[in-house]
Amino acid sequence: MADALLEVQDLGKHFGGFTALDAISLSVRAGERVGLIGPNGSGKSTLVNCLSGTLRNDSGRVRFDGRIMDGLAAHERTRLGMARSFQLPRPFGSLSVAENIRIPLLYTVNARAGTRLSPTEIDARCLELLQLVGLAEKADRRPRDLTQVEMRKIELARAMAAEPKLLIADEAMAGLSHSEIDDILALLFKLNERGITVILIEHIMRAVMKFSDRLVVLVAGRKIADGEPQAVVRNPEVERAYLGE
Amino acid sequence: MRTATFWIIAIAVGAIIFGLFLLAPNAYYFSAGFTVLQFVVLATAWNILGGYTGYVNFGTAAFFALGAYSTVVLYKLLPMPIPLMVLVGGTVSGLVGLGMGYLTLRLRGVFFSIATLAMAVVLQTLITNWDYVGGSRGAYILRPQHTPLLGDFVPYLFLIMLVLAVVAVAIARTIERSRLGYGFAAIRDDELAAEAAGVPTLRLKLMATTLSGALMGMAGAPYPYFITYLDPASGFNLNYAVNSIAMPLIGGMTSWIGPIIGALLIGSIQQIATVTNFFGGNPAVNLLIVGVLLVAFVIIAPNGIVGLAQTWLKPRRR
Repeated sequence: MADALLEVQDLGKHFGGFTALDAISLSVRAGERVGLIGPNGSGKSTLVNCLSGTLRNDSGRVRFDGRIMDGLAAHERTRLGMARSFQLPRPFGSLSVAENIRIPLLYTVNARAGTRLSPTEIDARCLELLQLVGLAEKADRRPRDLTQVEMRKIELARAMAAEPKLLIADEAMAGLSHSEIDDILALLFKLNERGITVILIEHIMRAVMKFSDRLVVLVAGRKIADGEPQAVVRNPEVERAYLGE
Repeated sequence: MRTATFWIIAIAVGAIIFGLFLLAPNAYYFSAGFTVLQFVVLATAWNILGGYTGYVNFGTAAFFALGAYSTVVLYKLLPMPIPLMVLVGGTVSGLVGLGMGYLTLRLRGVFFSIATLAMAVVLQTLITNWDYVGGSRGAYILRPQHTPLLGDFVPYLFLIMLVLAVVAVAIARTIERSRLGYGFAAIRDDELAAEAAGVPTLRLKLMATTLSGALMGMAGAPYPYFITYLDPASGFNLNYAVNSIAMPLIGGMTSWIGPIIGALLIGSIQQIATVTNFFGGNPAVNLLIVGVLLVAFVIIAPNGIVGLAQTWLKPRRR
């Protein structure tokens, strides 16, 4: 695909003798909403870590926005427009909520050529992002004072602050209540409408089915299905992976 | 307060302190002041890596001694004014800090700390076996009779250390309010999340080890002229490593003022204990003082005096 934003080719990753990812190929167009599912231990998080540069892939190639990403450090990939949120929220605990958002503004937006936000612009941008996720009143609080769903929202706001082209949301909804899931989903739809491509890694099928244009299924480090969500969940191989024989 | 304003105020405070010491009745005050200021520099330098970035360095004595021994080498090889020796000592220790950072910063938490301790032991062994700088016998330094402006030599050394303290504190305060300070704090809290937020963690950590090491080396460079006889046991003294950790811990690690408070407090108590012959003037009493204070503060005020002050002030502000 020529107009792919993200193109993964034969990506492989081993941990000792264990094959975590086995020749994964995947292509994501700009503006797409892709759901990535798979049973526990199927390699979803390893794939996210290889894409975002936290882990080095052993084989294969990742091409993003026309550039080859292999060998680039995680912070360089973030600067090039690939942002991620963590499965377990990892806020900067000694900083306020607003300062948590300030870090990617200082180190991503201001680190790109041709942009330099002034201190007042940074303050304004922090507030704007916090309003987007509905945390504006808590700007001066510490992360430890927040609830689980608010922590997830900081994760997303921090990823958003980097002005990404692609957002990889790693289980942003695990452990949340029904209405909280709808909250996060609405937020992800809003981001997608702004032109951000989203890869959603999730176990909660209701959320994945509602959100995704396309569904990719990993089982034991291999991609076993990729296509229109309704068709994918009816795929016998996927059913077998989830429900057994 | 803007950074430029802070630098001006810091320089003014330094000038006032020097003026007050000139009024002091005898030269002892300069000598005691030199020691306390030396700890202000060491504690501030330690805190740039340990407090801001969260990497606990047990090797302060090694960086300090490297600065001191660069002065010994220069004294024998190529005598020059002490301020230049301070720059050379800072460069040597800064480069060693950079090298150590590159080799050890992949280690996290306690493993990094153990590596710094190991480095201190290795360097001490090397210096002890290097005959040119006196080996285990030590080296004598002869002070010049007079200095151009101040006449006596100890006030001159005091002035150098005062300038270093002002510079170190102003650098720490500048970092704290800058982009770099936010990057350091992000590394301290969560390195993986810092990378994901675009923070080049390795480069920032190397900046912290280099800067921290350089300032410690600068603090050590005038030391041979102060005691006039330097041997490995005094240059690599445990006192430096322990004090430079304890002082920021007791003062407060998140702010530039914490290490100053800690250094002034502990440094002064140690000087008073020495002068009043407390416990028969046993030099080990200095470590005892630090130990007792450290235990007390870890229990009563884990965030140091600054943290204590913040919790007192907070309810009133809201």
